[in-house]
Amino acid sequence: MRFPAEFKYTKDHEYINVDGNEGTVGLSDYAQDQLGDIVFVELPEIGQELAQGDVFAVVESVKAVSDSYCPAGGTVVKVNERLLDEPELINQDPHGEGWIMVIELADVADLDNLMDLETYETFVEEVGHG
Amino acid sequence: MVEDLKRTPLYQTHVAHGGKIIDFEGWALPVQFTSIIDEHRAVRHAAGLFDVSDMGEIMVEGADSLALLQLALTNNMERGRPGQVIYSPMCNEQGGVVDDLLIYCMGNDRYMLVVNAGNIEKDYQWLQGLAARFSHVSVSNESDDVGQIALQGPNSQAILQELTDCNLDVMKYYHFEDKVNVGGIEGLVSRTGYTGEDGFEVYCKPKDTPVLWEALMANAASWDLVPAGLGCRDTLRFEAGMPLYGQELDDERTPVEAKLSKFIDFTKEEFVGRERLLKQKEEKPKIRLIGFEMLGRGIPRTGYPLLSGGEEVGYVTTGSFAPSLNKNLGMGYVPWELRKIGTDLVVQIRNREVEARVVKTPFYRKGK
Repeated sequence: MRFPAEFKYTKDHEYINVDGNEGTVGLSDYAQDQLGDIVFVELPEIGQELAQGDVFAVVESVKAVSDSYCPAGGTVVKVNERLLDEPELINQDPHGEGWIMVIELADVADLDNLMDLETYETFVEEVGHG
Repeated sequence: MVEDLKRTPLYQTHVAHGGKIIDFEGWALPVQFTSIIDEHRAVRHAAGLFDVSDMGEIMVEGADSLALLQLALTNNMERGRPGQVIYSPMCNEQGGVVDDLLIYCMGNDRYMLVVNAGNIEKDYQWLQGLAARFSHVSVSNESDDVGQIALQGPNSQAILQELTDCNLDVMKYYHFEDKVNVGGIEGLVSRTGYTGEDGFEVYCKPKDTPVLWEALMANAASWDLVPAGLGCRDTLRFEAGMPLYGQELDDERTPVEAKLSKFIDFTKEEFVGRERLLKQKEEKPKIRLIGFEMLGRGIPRTGYPLLSGGEEVGYVTTGSFAPSLNKNLGMGYVPWELRKIGTDLVVQIRNREVEARVVKTPFYRKGK
């Protein structure tokens, strides 16, 4: 399992890919693998304001309903509407076509609480064997 | 923790084939190997292999065994001939379901009861209690000495026939043959299953299950046979409209409410729960199990409220994306008046109210 080096990660396995004052948010490859076949995504609304740790989406696999938590506070500026009809994009390409939303960051300091690639890889290794 | 769970003799096989292990009624069993949806479709179109060793087996033996079963079960066992399998609910005095089970008529006053994993001890105690009213019957819990593998899907007969001399062509649905040599081991083979497809279940010694599993998987590629987990076991039975104990059935819900009246034989003068069930059937139950299809976006899940006219009127027992029908479907209990096909309902999904409509069950029938 490979995770992009430029992303930041949460312990709940969301990622944020920051570009300027915006960040693209989705689920990591580990998260989609744990969930299995994803069959439904409840998206946030454009303009919605989120704090770090808020539930921003609900992702459902055949067996499980899973809340997704916002990696950093901000305002939702884009959502991936393709997921409404093709929720399996999260399984197929979690770090690319399977992105969930883009937020305009309220406070870049939120990013300091997140894991970088190396820390996240170690974390996944640990939970994987826990 | 997974480490504390009971393991079937196939545990290492499951892990080696990439099975994602979960806790199922105290057993460490695979929820999936590759993908629930892929495994589901394989069973509908080719074949899937399931480790169902979690199921319990209770033997009822002796001159009074038929009398005990006639008392304990709602279905009529008198029509059971040796080699036949019968499905029946087993009820308490209030008509609630203690368990739903398969009864294998072994002949010579012997019956094998196949019960749900989570109910083994409860059923055993319940049957022991009823057996005290008879002098010539013994009830024994053989669950630890019986393993079980289910081979399900349209290719099942061809796959199994390669491994046995038993002529499967003449084995009818809900019939079985005991002491069959299959893949080098001895087992009981029945044409039964919990998927809505043709298929077989083999009961054998637990230690023989890996031998049989490997024999079946040896030629897997040519039959598109895949190992299948608990996840598709649930979606398959759900599409086929089969109840799952703990969801559609429990100690309070009755078979009349659960639309299982055809498995109650009121011509029997006595069986546990008869009075309450008869009254319910004559007066119509207050609530009834229905199937529904989501019209709006969302997946119904166990326990979600069902609404009508802005009021909470019922609840979802099982809900899922249905892989063979490509729809989000549910089963649940609603008031009797709302049972009819075409009735509009609302499912409360988190903070959203999503429209649904009562549809015919089973959702899926093979060959249609």
